[in-house]
Amino acid sequence: MTTALPAARRGGVRAAEKSTDRAARPGVLWVVPAALFFMVFAGLPLLLVAVLSFTSWNGLGTPRFNGLDNWSRLLSDSSVWQSLRISAILTVLCWAVQTPLALLLGVWAAGRQRNRAVLSSIFFLPLLMSTAAIAITWLTLLDPNFGLAAKWGHYIGFPDGNIIGSPRGALGCVVVVVAWQFVPFHTLLYQAATRQIPQSLYDAATVDGAGRVRQFRHITLPQLRNTIVTSSVLMLVGSLTYFETVLILTGGGPGSATNILPQHMYMTAFRDYQMGYASVIALALVALGTALSLLIVRFSGFAKMRSTLEGI
Amino acid sequence: MGETPLSRRTFLSAAAITGLSAPLLSACGTSGPAGAKGGGKTVQAWVLVDEAQNRVQNVAIDDFNKGSSGKVKLLPISSDGAVYADKLRVSMGSPNPPDLLFNWGAGSIRNYVQAGGLVDLSSQLNADTTWKNSFLPSVLNAGQIDGKYYGIPMRGMQPVVLFYNKTLFAEQGQKPPATYDDLLKLVDFFKGKKIQPFALGGLDQWPELMWLEYLVERAGGPTVFQNIAAGRPGAWRDPAIATALSQIQDLVRRGAFGTNFNSVNYVNDGAGLLFAKGKAAMHLMGTWEVSNQVERHRKFAETDLGFAPFPSVADGKGDPNAVVGNPTNYFSVSTKSVDKDAAIAFLKKEMAAPAYVDALIKSGDVPAVTGIDAKLSASPQPEFARYVYQLVQKAPSFTLSWDQALMPQFKTPLLANLQKVFSGKQTPQQFVTALESVK
Repeated sequence: MTTALPAARRGGVRAAEKSTDRAARPGVLWVVPAALFFMVFAGLPLLLVAVLSFTSWNGLGTPRFNGLDNWSRLLSDSSVWQSLRISAILTVLCWAVQTPLALLLGVWAAGRQRNRAVLSSIFFLPLLMSTAAIAITWLTLLDPNFGLAAKWGHYIGFPDGNIIGSPRGALGCVVVVVAWQFVPFHTLLYQAATRQIPQSLYDAATVDGAGRVRQFRHITLPQLRNTIVTSSVLMLVGSLTYFETVLILTGGGPGSATNILPQHMYMTAFRDYQMGYASVIALALVALGTALSLLIVRFSGFAKMRSTLEGI
Repeated sequence: MGETPLSRRTFLSAAAITGLSAPLLSACGTSGPAGAKGGGKTVQAWVLVDEAQNRVQNVAIDDFNKGSSGKVKLLPISSDGAVYADKLRVSMGSPNPPDLLFNWGAGSIRNYVQAGGLVDLSSQLNADTTWKNSFLPSVLNAGQIDGKYYGIPMRGMQPVVLFYNKTLFAEQGQKPPATYDDLLKLVDFFKGKKIQPFALGGLDQWPELMWLEYLVERAGGPTVFQNIAAGRPGAWRDPAIATALSQIQDLVRRGAFGTNFNSVNYVNDGAGLLFAKGKAAMHLMGTWEVSNQVERHRKFAETDLGFAPFPSVADGKGDPNAVVGNPTNYFSVSTKSVDKDAAIAFLKKEMAAPAYVDALIKSGDVPAVTGIDAKLSASPQPEFARYVYQLVQKAPSFTLSWDQALMPQFKTPLLANLQKVFSGKQTPQQFVTALESVK
């Protein structure tokens, strides 16, 4: 052991020296655990879903192949297109509400003052709660006769407290609850990223006479660009798979006003037991999610991975 | 700076681990019971998790196991009906389904019957008339699929009843409605008194369905829905459906349910509280409303809670004594059971046995068993228990809740479109067209 260790260390040093030109990237072996995990729990199921999408199966017995029936049904199914529209609206609204909130809160929480540390640990509390608990608590608040909706409804245009029971109100409720739950997570991202910005930049800006707002616009925001992209990708792609809040809060209602595409997929699979058709919707979601993240990465220049600290 | 990121990282990874392992753990929970089988002749009985009910079921099981070589073992799966149905579905599709399975009859097991997964109990029941006659016929028949019996009643009956606040009615000098015209008059009367005539948990959607079920039953009788359930072409176009839907729209316009009923939930006590506080005069709901009110608003349940049948409708073809709701829950036997004979013997011996019936009555249920009038005084709500028992006894038909009776793919469109009718966003004709297009 005592002799083997230095030898191994020497070997390691030599290997590291050899690969300095390749920036000491770890070998293929390192990818194996993650790749295996991904294949078993994501790749394989995805493949099976692709096979299922060409079958008719109600979850019992053997799936029966029915060619392109499910796919042609997708194209002519108006409820899917309506769900897609609702999903798009909800995604944009969620992004537009969460990003500014999380950005401002995160930058604020990055300060080292003690009161900020205390307050931000309170802000992060929703992150610890289960989605179901959050949704059920909000349901109680939204009761139009006894909840907060009864008292405050008329301030926001719902005099009878009928917020979650009206199509627009229900969509708004979902946006608010999702934001309440996930803003803390994105705040955390921004807080961490803001703390990585070198103090010297701010010092220089102060010397040049830049105020707080200008420092935020010309230093903080550009320095956070990669984080904004990351956070946005998580939000946008996440909104294509996330539906627990909708399931518990509105069940897709009233009518089908909040029936987003993931909820539609879930209902098709586990309420209607049309596994084949649900698989088609699932694949459509996969395609959408991939396209969306590729688009964002492409147009934001994120793929080039340029450091925001060049020249410092 | 040093310690904050570290603690945050541990916190994050802890969150990630719990987030990741939760689904894995629950997955183990699903496969556990099925995998635990094998060896010996122990018959697994899947039921809902319900402390009081599980205790009652164990009374029957203990009694059976004492005198039999084949044993029955109770496996409570989940307290959530939808979760239970999902797990049952997965298990029924596997080579190791439960031997005895708790279910809601009709739509909840039709797929299993079609896949040959359930034992046809008709010959057993017909051969043993004492056994067959020990259950109320309307309830036993409500569990039929294509004229054959696949389930034995194993719990209390849950018809939908018109609950009313009897103290409030007495104060205002009113009587529960005997006819639909009375009901309309009461709506106008209570609206004038600034009291919401009916509590309605529209957010959960299914409470709205009860109105459609009763109004269709009164307008057209049980055959209207039987035709729909059998998938006969044009069944949704029966005039009784359009009549009932227009009546619903008329009730909504008159303010029978207030204006914000689509924001009111039933499950989390939204509608129940409205009713218990005297802010709503009546509530159309299943019999479980009584145990809900006893649990949540005991004083209201004891002094104010009155009950009446759904009123008759003039010119309606339906029998005014007919009821809708959940006839009962059933036990069915799986064809892949390790010991079918033991499972059937258990149902034969125990489901109408005095000890089991007594235990059910004590837990507040009204079993679908014949000749138990005298025993019902042991119920925690004897007056209500006797009322329900007589209501079902004289009912010529007991229509199962539509969302459970229909094939699964109807459930979402049925509830969503009905909610649109209640919110005035859809006409009866659009509702019919939408449901006819469900494949």
